[in-house]
Amino acid sequence: MTAPAEAPLLEARGLARSFGALRVLRGVDLAVRAGEMLAVAGPNGAGKTTLLRLLAGLMRPTEGEVRVMGRRLTRSEPEARRGIGLLSHQTFLYDDLTPQENLTFVARLYGLRDPAAAARDALEEVGLTHRAHDPVRQLSRGLLQRAAIARALLHQPSVLLLDEPFTGLDAPSAARFRELLAAQLARGRALVLVTHHLAEAWELAGRVAVLVGGRWALEEARPARLADFLPRYEALVHG
Amino acid sequence: MTPTLASAERTLRFGYALTVLGLLAVSAVYVLAICFTPVEVRQGAAQKIFYVHAPSAWGALVAFALVGISSILYLWLHDTRLDLFAASSAEVGIAYSLVMLTTGPIWGKTVWGTWWTWDARLTLTLFLFFLFVGYLALRAALHDRGERARFSAVVGIMGLLLVPFIHLSVYLFRTLHPQPILLKPSSPSLPPEMLRTLMVGMAAFTLLYVGFVTVRYAMAQLADLSEGDADAV
Amino acid sequence: MGEAIRLALAVAAKDIRLELRSRTALLSAVVFAALVLVVFNFARDPTAISAMDLAPSVLWVTFAFGAVVALNRAFTVERENAALDGMLLAPLPRSALYLGKLLANLAFVFVVEAVTLPLFVLFFNVSLGHALPGILGVTVLATIGFVAVGTIFSAMVVRTRFAELMLPVLLLPFMVPPLVGAVQCTARLLAGRPLSEMLGWLRLLTLYDIVFVTLCTLAFPAVVDE
Repeated sequence: MTAPAEAPLLEARGLARSFGALRVLRGVDLAVRAGEMLAVAGPNGAGKTTLLRLLAGLMRPTEGEVRVMGRRLTRSEPEARRGIGLLSHQTFLYDDLTPQENLTFVARLYGLRDPAAAARDALEEVGLTHRAHDPVRQLSRGLLQRAAIARALLHQPSVLLLDEPFTGLDAPSAARFRELLAAQLARGRALVLVTHHLAEAWELAGRVAVLVGGRWALEEARPARLADFLPRYEALVHG
Repeated sequence: MTPTLASAERTLRFGYALTVLGLLAVSAVYVLAICFTPVEVRQGAAQKIFYVHAPSAWGALVAFALVGISSILYLWLHDTRLDLFAASSAEVGIAYSLVMLTTGPIWGKTVWGTWWTWDARLTLTLFLFFLFVGYLALRAALHDRGERARFSAVVGIMGLLLVPFIHLSVYLFRTLHPQPILLKPSSPSLPPEMLRTLMVGMAAFTLLYVGFVTVRYAMAQLADLSEGDADAV
Repeated sequence: MGEAIRLALAVAAKDIRLELRSRTALLSAVVFAALVLVVFNFARDPTAISAMDLAPSVLWVTFAFGAVVALNRAFTVERENAALDGMLLAPLPRSALYLGKLLANLAFVFVVEAVTLPLFVLFFNVSLGHALPGILGVTVLATIGFVAVGTIFSAMVVRTRFAELMLPVLLLPFMVPPLVGAVQCTARLLAGRPLSEMLGWLRLLTLYDIVFVTLCTLAFPAVVDE
């Protein structure tokens, strides 16, 4: 057993999910510590989205459990959800409300003291204060992503789950996003990054895992060079 | 627990056997009703439709109750088999309620001159029919298995709880608007031959229900298995 | 418990703010209800049946149809940008989510009814007079019943392709007991009958509300949680 100081912020044991005879995820273990990022790759249909939804608590596992900061993530104990933030393709924002209104509502959902102030601060951190009172519908794609990030981090989650965030980003935006990830790691957050673009965040990842057919084909400390890793990855995915 | 292909096929064959038996039993009921049961004095030969009408109403009610119970069990245990069973029961139930709803007006028009009355039994079966329609329509419109199972289970449970309220509504309605007394020979004072035929009818239709549901259930299992195999990596 | 209520009110407030911002669903429902009333007016033969015989039924059928139109918005609005997932991520008890949606839906349906009732009085020349408080009370009781069921069903049908068609198919059987109770009570109230003649129906309405609000609250997690 690791010492308490190194206890993982996010843990999954024997995670499985099936629908009737259809088994999407077949026994997945993982542990992510503070300041560490796990990069998850794999072919389409391998179960990456299901895994992320299970870790976020949006889906109930058929077997196994997820623990956030030692607390089990179950429906009857919603408190563990406080520790999780999710950044997905969808922004979870209401188009007709402003960023300030959206985030104030989220702050209320998480029971934050002074929701309006928390919303203002979060928007300031991502540089959205100048558009905080325009309906989300009017924001450009870049600003939308900033609003989504602000929403995901508003309640200061210990664990941040990211679903293919580099998709569609140009080089400067990707660089800025990498800086954001680095900052989150420096703050001691645990990150799980699901991605097709391993190159984008290679240096930041502490561990790398490949999901094929609902289970880990590989789960290990991140090799030093991506070039060494890619042939193995291709073999696993296309083998 | 996942059924195997072999066990699902066994269930299918068993179901076919039961269905054939059930159909034979139902034919026997027809023969019994037409040849070996006395003709009712006031209503004449048309009364014999009762031996199909009453058991199918019973069948629809049983089917509905089983949908409700499986729904509750499914939400508790999350066993897909319970969901498949509920769906099968609903499909058979809608057929039985249609039989009841067509024989009812035929009987009513022939004997009493009205196609429809809002009496307790007909009204309830009409509602069961609508609930089955809603249940099956929802299932058909949902493509995600998990959603389909969960949502129809909720509808099944809610439908089950609606039934007492329909009863209560009809009862309150009728105490304030007394319907003409319709003499139906379903009171305990049935002559023994009629009672016998009725009982045989109930048994036959129940057997047929079990047969149909078993076949449908086995087919659903086979479909589930083939979908699972296609996606298995 | 207090936390759950606070969260439910936050959800309801958000929904109401959203609707006030766009107003589309509410306006459609109100206009629809008014049109239904107009159609009823032209569809009847004024010489054949006295208005008072039909009045309660016309009123309540209009309320029911208007409610179904208003109920559809509850979860369609959550589809954009997967906003529902955003709420489910939070430590939000699903019962609080359901109650919040129920409260917002009640607010919308009450608005539709509040606009429809005066129109009804106008078109059908009905004098409410002393019956008004009673009718308002019955309206609240019956509306709670079918909005409770309508809220959970709208959460389900939003996942289907023809949500606007599926909702009435599922919901109408469940609307019958509250509708029947409401029509019977309204008819008696308009005729100035004593309260004792309505007790059975009022009990039906109250019992229906208690049973179905409870059941829907308990069943709601099965609908929104995967």
